[in-house]
Amino acid sequence: MSDQTAVEAPFMEVNGELCKGCQLCLAVCPKSVIAISEKLNSASYHPAFYTGSDCTGCGLCFYACPEPGAIRVVKP
Amino acid sequence: MKVFEKSKAFYEVFERKTGPAQEASHYCPGCGHGNVHKMIAEAMEEMGLTEKTVFVSPVGCSVFGYYYFDCGNFQAAHGRAPAVATGVKRANPESIVISYQGDGDLAAIGTAETIHAANRGENITVFFINNAIYGMTGGQMAPTTMIGQRSTTTPLGRHTLEHGNPVRMAEMLATLPAPTYIERVAVGNSKQIMKTRKAIRKALKIQSEGKGYSFVEILSACPTGWKMDAPSARDWLVEEMTKIFPLGVYKDESDNMDDGAWDRISEEYQPEKVNVYLDQLKSQVGDSVDVEMPYDLQCKFAGFGGQGILTLGLFLSQIGMRGQKEVSWFPAYGPEMRGGTANCSVNISRKRIGTPLVDHPNVLVVMNQPSLDAFESDVVDGGTIIVDTTVVEGTPDRDRLNAVMIPASQIADEVGTPKVANVVILGALVAATDCFEKEFVLETLRNVIKKKSLVDMNMDAFCRGYDFVKNEG
Repeated sequence: MSDQTAVEAPFMEVNGELCKGCQLCLAVCPKSVIAISEKLNSASYHPAFYTGSDCTGCGLCFYACPEPGAIRVVKP
Repeated sequence: MKVFEKSKAFYEVFERKTGPAQEASHYCPGCGHGNVHKMIAEAMEEMGLTEKTVFVSPVGCSVFGYYYFDCGNFQAAHGRAPAVATGVKRANPESIVISYQGDGDLAAIGTAETIHAANRGENITVFFINNAIYGMTGGQMAPTTMIGQRSTTTPLGRHTLEHGNPVRMAEMLATLPAPTYIERVAVGNSKQIMKTRKAIRKALKIQSEGKGYSFVEILSACPTGWKMDAPSARDWLVEEMTKIFPLGVYKDESDNMDDGAWDRISEEYQPEKVNVYLDQLKSQVGDSVDVEMPYDLQCKFAGFGGQGILTLGLFLSQIGMRGQKEVSWFPAYGPEMRGGTANCSVNISRKRIGTPLVDHPNVLVVMNQPSLDAFESDVVDGGTIIVDTTVVEGTPDRDRLNAVMIPASQIADEVGTPKVANVVILGALVAATDCFEKEFVLETLRNVIKKKSLVDMNMDAFCRGYDFVKNEG
C-alpha cells in the first residue's frame, strides 16, 4: 500500500506474490509499461511488475488480470 | 482520484480456501473466471447489492464461488443452479440471486433447468461462462466445444457427424417469450471486457428492478484445457470462438416494461388463499374427531392396476386425516395403468411422519399373487396380512403373521360389482386392526365418495368386509 503522500503521476502496482505470470496485463497495456520479472515468486511464477514510468492509469490491466488482488491502479 | 483495486465485495482473505496463498484465487493462470468474478464483485459493490446478493455456484471450476464473494452463497448440485436460484429468489424476493455456471454445467447436465428457469421468466440473473471445454475434469469435449477443436475426448478434433455441433445457448433461449435480456459477450480483449462489464451491470439492474430473467453468456478462455499460453488463448477466443458464437444482444425487453413487472405476486397464490383452499380440502372428509389409535399404521397395499389399490390407500388416508392423525399416501405404479402392478404406502401416525415410504409394513394387503410373493417377507412379525382369496392362490405364513383370508372380489361381485373389492378389503382392515370405529369410517366414506349414487353400494361392501372378519376371524 502506498502512503498518504500526494500521488502526482498515475501508476499501477503488482502484488508479486499473487501474480501468476499469465502476462495478460502486458498484452493489453497501451504503453507497454509492464514487464515480467526474472525472479520466481513463492508459487513459482514469474510475476509482472511496473517498469516505473508512463502509466496513464487507464485500468485496462486491472480488468485483464484474472486475479482479484494482484493489480492495483491509481489515477490521481 | 480513481483507484482500480480488489472489490470490497470479495473477502479480504479467502479463509474458506484451504492451503497456502489464501489471498490468491484457485484458478489457473489466465483463466477467464477471475475476470468475470472481478466485474461481478465490482458491480455488486458499486450498485450497493452485496448485502442482499445470493451467489449460486455450479459444479465446475467455479464451484468455489463461496471462497470469494462476501455475500450469501449456495453451491448447487451439477446443473441445478438455476433451480436452486429459483427457490432462493421466490423465498426471498428482495434478494439479488445470481446463478453462475460454466458450459458443462449449464449446457449439458443442466440444460433442462436452464431452459425452464428461462421459460418461467424467473427474476434471476444467469452468468454463463462458456469456455468450450470441461475445464475442471481435465479438458473433455463440452456441448460448446468447437468443430475441429481437440479435447481429451475428441483427440482428432470435434466432428459434426460424430459429436454434433456446438450448442448456442443464447440463441436458443432468445426464442422463448419470457426472458427479458439475453446477451453474449466475451473477455478476449479490453474492448470485449468493457462490454462484459456493462452487460453484467445491466443484468443485475434488470433483476433489481424486478424486470425478470437476465442471461449473460460470456465467452471465456481456458488456457490449461486448450493447451495454450494465456495471451494466445485470448487471441483464439477473439478470432475463432466468436465465429461460432457471435457476440451481441439477442433479446432485450427491459425498456418495454415497468419496474416490478416480474415480481411474483399473484393474487391467486397468496398464502391466505392457499390456506383457505387447503382447509376446504381437509373439510371434505367431514368434521374431524381426535381418534385414539392404539398404534401407528404402516400399510402397504399391492395388486394389479385397476383394482382400486391406490383408492383404497387414499380412503384410509382420509379416514386418518379426519381422525386428526398425520397421514401420508405414496403411490408407486408401472406404466400400465391397468393390468400392471400397483402398490401404495400409507402411514397413519400419531406423530409427524419422516418418510412416506413403508419398507416394513404392519399391515399388508395383497390383491394378486405376485404381491404376496414380493411383499410377504417385508411384513413385521405379528403384522396383519389381508389376502383377497378370490384372486390369490397362495397362503401366507400363518404362524408368523395375523392372516385375514377374505374372498373380497367375490363378495364385491355379490354386492354389485367387483370394483368395490377394495372397499370390502377396507372393511376387513378396519375390523382387523381395531384403530377406527366402524361408524366413524362409514361416515367418512359417505363424505369422500364423490358419486352419491355409489355410496350405498360402498357402504354395503365395507360392512360385508367388516362383518366377515368380526364373525369369522
